[in-house]
Parts: sequence; C-alpha cells; structure tokens
Amino acid sequence: MLTIATGNKAVAAAVKAAKPGVVAAYPITPQTEIVEQIAEYVTDGDLESRYIPVESEHSAMAACIGASAGGVRTFTATSSHGLLYMHEMVHWAAGARLPVVMANVNRALGPGWNTWAEHTDAFSQRDTGWLQVFVATVQEAYDTTLMAFKIAEDERVLLPVMVNLDGFSLSHITQALETVDIGDFLPPYHLPHAVDTENPCVYGPMTFSNDYFKFRWDIERSMRDAKGVIADVEREFAERFGRSYGPTEDYRCEDADVVVVAMGTLGKEAEVAVDLLRDEGIKAGSMRLRWFRPFPDLDLAGREVVVIDRDYSFGFGGVVAHAIRSKTGIEPYSVIAGLGGQEVTYNDIAGFVRDRRPGEEMWFGVSEHV
Amino acid sequence: MSAIPKEEYLYKCTSACAGCSSSLCLRYVLKAAGPDTVLVVPACCTSVIQGAYPGTAMGVPVYNIAFAAAAACASGMSNALSTRGKKTNVIVYAGDGGTVDIGIQSLSGAFERGTNFLYICYDNEAYGNTGMQRSGATPLGARTTTTPGGKPTAKKDLDRIVEAHNPPYMATACSAYPLDLYKKVKKALSIEGPKFIHILAPCPPGWRYPTEKTVEIGKLAVKTGTWILYEREFGKLTINGPSKTAMKKPAPLEDYIRGQGRFKNVNPEILDLMRQQVEQNIQRLSREEAGVC
Repeated sequence: MLTIATGNKAVAAAVKAAKPGVVAAYPITPQTEIVEQIAEYVTDGDLESRYIPVESEHSAMAACIGASAGGVRTFTATSSHGLLYMHEMVHWAAGARLPVVMANVNRALGPGWNTWAEHTDAFSQRDTGWLQVFVATVQEAYDTTLMAFKIAEDERVLLPVMVNLDGFSLSHITQALETVDIGDFLPPYHLPHAVDTENPCVYGPMTFSNDYFKFRWDIERSMRDAKGVIADVEREFAERFGRSYGPTEDYRCEDADVVVVAMGTLGKEAEVAVDLLRDEGIKAGSMRLRWFRPFPDLDLAGREVVVIDRDYSFGFGGVVAHAIRSKTGIEPYSVIAGLGGQEVTYNDIAGFVRDRRPGEEMWFGVSEHV
Repeated sequence: MSAIPKEEYLYKCTSACAGCSSSLCLRYVLKAAGPDTVLVVPACCTSVIQGAYPGTAMGVPVYNIAFAAAAACASGMSNALSTRGKKTNVIVYAGDGGTVDIGIQSLSGAFERGTNFLYICYDNEAYGNTGMQRSGATPLGARTTTTPGGKPTAKKDLDRIVEAHNPPYMATACSAYPLDLYKKVKKALSIEGPKFIHILAPCPPGWRYPTEKTVEIGKLAVKTGTWILYEREFGKLTINGPSKTAMKKPAPLEDYIRGQGRFKNVNPEILDLMRQQVEQNIQRLSREEAGVC
C-alpha cells in the first residue's frame, strides 16, 4: 500500500508487520514516535503484542533479552543517551545470541543537550557483537527493519540487529512509503536455545577462558556468516517486493576517480553532490555504507576517497575514515561534518570533493586542515 | 516438614561456602516452585553457587543476567512465556546488593507494571560475592571490608519500599525457618501479579561466625526481633508464629550480635541505637497488625 510516513512511522509499520511477541519501550527524542506508534497499534488491536513500558533503557534491553530467550520475537527502539544507558545489556544480548531487533535513531550525546543527528551513539556500540545497518530513506527504514528480523533470526546468525536512522533528518521527515503484505517472508520465531523447563539449561553461568574464548569466536564466525545471510535476505526481499539493497549503495561509482563515502542521510546528500560535480567535469561517485557490522568488502581500488564522518573518536580520528583506511589501504581525505545536527548541504559536500587533500583531516566549519 | 517434596532441584554439587544459608533457602524455594520454573539470577552469590559452565547444580532453567537487570529480564521472560500459553513460574533469586542498591530501579519498575513474577531477595546484608563490602542492606554497626569501623547508617528498609508498590503478596522469611519459607513460596506462586519475599540469609564468612551456627544465628535474629517474619496479603499484615512471641518478649539483642564477628566493635552507643531500631520496628508492625497505624 502506498502511503506517506516519517522515518519513525516507517519503522513502526515494519514492526507491526513483523508481529513481535514483546516490545519493550522507553521514550527518548527523536525516537519517541516509534514507541508511541507501536503503543497505538497494540491499543487498537492492530498488533497483538505485549508492550512493556519499562522504566529505563537498561531495562528495555533486559526485558528484550528475557522475552527473546523466553521464545518470542522482540523489538525495542532507542537513541543517544538511551543507547548508552543500555550499553551493558547491548553486549549481553549479543553474547546471549538473541535476535533482538532495535531501531536506533542516531543522535548526538551530551553535554550539552543536543537532540540532532550524529553517529557517535551507534559507533559507541560498534564492538558489542550487534549487526549495525544505517538507512537513508523512509522506504529503506521500513524495508531494512523487516529484513533485520529475518537476518537476526537466521540460525547462521542469531545475533541482534541495530537499524540506525538519522535523528530528525530521517526520523521526522516525510516521504512516500510502500508497505507490503509480508506473507511468509518472516518464518515463525524459532530460537534453538529458548528457555525450556522440559530441558532445563543454565544460561550464562561462570565460564572460564577456554570456553569463553570459544563463545567469542562463535560470535565472530556468525558475524562473518552474516554477510552471506544479509545478501540472501536482501536478494529474497528484492524478488518478493521489488526493492533491492546491498552492503553499500553505490551511485555513479563505476568510472569515478573520486568516491565520497558517507553514511545515513549524508550519503544521500552526497548523490546530489556527485551530479553537481559530474556537471563540472569531475568524475565523482558516492558510496553510502549501509552495513557497518559486519563491515562489507569494498572495491575502492585506484580511486581517491573522501570520507564524511558524522562522528569522532577523540585522540584518533573519524571512525569511518579509520575503517576505510584499515580495510582498503587507501588514505582518504577525512571530513568531520554534521556533528550535533550541523547542516551539511550537497554544495558543501561538492566543496569537500573539490578541495580534497588525501591524508588530511578537516572539521567542517570549525578547523583548518590538520 | 513432611509436606515438603523429596525432589531436589538444587543438587549436592554447589560451589557454596560451608554453612551457606542462601543455598539452603534456594533448595526450599525450588522444592516449593517445582520443575516448571525459570530462575532469573543477577550477579550475586548464586551466580557462583550454581556452578561453572558446562556443569550446573541446578535442576531448573537458570537465566543469568547483569547485576541491575533481574526484574526487567524477568518481565520480558514472564510476558514471553505467558504469550506462549505457559504457566511457568518466573522467579528472580537475587542478593541484597542486586536488590536494594543497583537493582532497585528495575525492581520498582517491574512491580509498578504489575509483572506476574516472584522476586526473592536473599539478604546476607552485604556484597557477599565480592567479599563482603557494605550494601544498603548492611545493618548499623556491622563491619564490612568497606566499613571497617562499622557501618555508620541504618539498614535500608527494603520492605517498606516494596510495600509502597502495593503488591498482592509480600513476605519476610529466614533461612532458619525453611517450612515457613516453603509455605510462603507456595502461597506467593498461587497469586497472580508481582510477589515479593525477603529472606534473611546469615552468612558465616561475611558475618564471621562458625559455619555450624548458621541456623542458630537465623533463629536469634527472629527471637530478638531483629528480623520479623510476616506476610502482607493484599495489604493485610499477618505476623507469623515465631515472631509473635518474639515481638511480645524479644530476647536480648546481645544474644544475636554476640556471636558475630562483624559486630565485634559495636560500642554501647551504637548498641543502644540498634536496640531502638528493633523496638521501633516491632512497634510499627504491632500497630499495623492491630489496625491502629
């Protein structure tokens, strides 16, 4: 059905279609609309689910862990400080191999209070064992949320998935949305290690290094397998519903001399910048990273790369620039832009490309090249 | 004791300290709950007592969870199992630190939401698992590794905090009275909604008394009125047998504290304050039971 929706409403609509048995919910700007919309679905009988209005995000993820282990599909949504507050349980969900799906509406971190877009919140959870995907349109938020359940619950994966969407610049903007009848796209929830009193097991007891190490390796093995599962699920989604996605969204990259690598809505903005640059005779392309964990294999050989980081690792550099450097061996021009919701237009991005200085870092609007 | 089933769900291979009353309590809790039970355990002595992977001393599923998260995890578990049409008991078995301190937010949230589960706090009045640091449940005057001069403040009144949530059932118990505990767990599990049982669980290495005195110390806690056994069903208070006598004529407080190394340095001034606290608690509960509060 063709409709219009905000990014938040699109996520909620996908959750309704996925029919989780339990949703644990705690409000935080700019995510609140997701849990409000789901509360309405549940109250109106459009979604048969237990809605647990928890008293904190730490408890939201703890409740998802209990419910997921208890044998039902689970969902929660958060943002920024909420994500940080649940950090301990974010690790726990992955370590317990539970296919929880969480929407994280990317937002800056205090102090000072700032509710606008930034990716530092998600990257602070980079090493937790969650799959992380970043979307850029309302439709993509819907489609990816649906796929997230299928990917997470695949027995080759059994890891939680975090669907990231930019605060306000996607969560609160309205675009066309085509919702689908998912049919049997999502199989019934089946967790092989769900709690079962007929077969009493102990979960997460004291574990010494030999076994602990094996469990950690098993997470990494599943993370590697997840690349194939993601590709399978994205292919099936395209076959069923006609919209295709990949680990990256590449725009005019085939013959590009310089590629802009960005994430989320800035990755979409970069596509407009590419058109602008092409008109000027600069052979530019853009590569929007969708999946960040597992990190995709990128083909950037022989190109110059401009990375836009909407985040920063203090004392080191942009998180995405670092990933590009280490995974491709290319020394990018690292632009730090859009922190705390700073406006970054396609003209600005075209400027980054025109003025690129490979190997250097620039804080947009703040610093000279360093 | 003849009513208590012979089936064991806590096997004889625990990693508990000698004289551990918490594991004794758990044994009776599980006998009362039976096999269709999931135990949710935050970081506490029971994290150790249950044994290490891949072994286990437990005959029911145990879901270990982070320190602050037990009641929230149980909320999710309880809802999930009930949507699947299961009648499984979901029981949190948590220490005092995980309840009165770091876990109190998730406990409060789960009770306010009316979660159908039983929360049991076994209270050894300190962070036992990490080697006896003070918790909010440590009583006045008690020496711990972080209150080497004795705790300068009173024990947090957890029961009144829980009571403020108006649960359909709450009770206190003591490891020295296992039949009383057994009956309370049975009753709690027959009631829908959030239930709470607070067990005093003396700890030989932490309280510094010989292991064979575990039952005796528990009985003295009750006989001196330091620990009062009661139930509050739908708001109505009933003082239980052993405490009825103790509240009328409590044994001297010294009988309880004399045998415990943690109270060795209590001076007369602190002792007097401790006595006043016992007296106030007895009066408050007596008034409530008599309906004059």
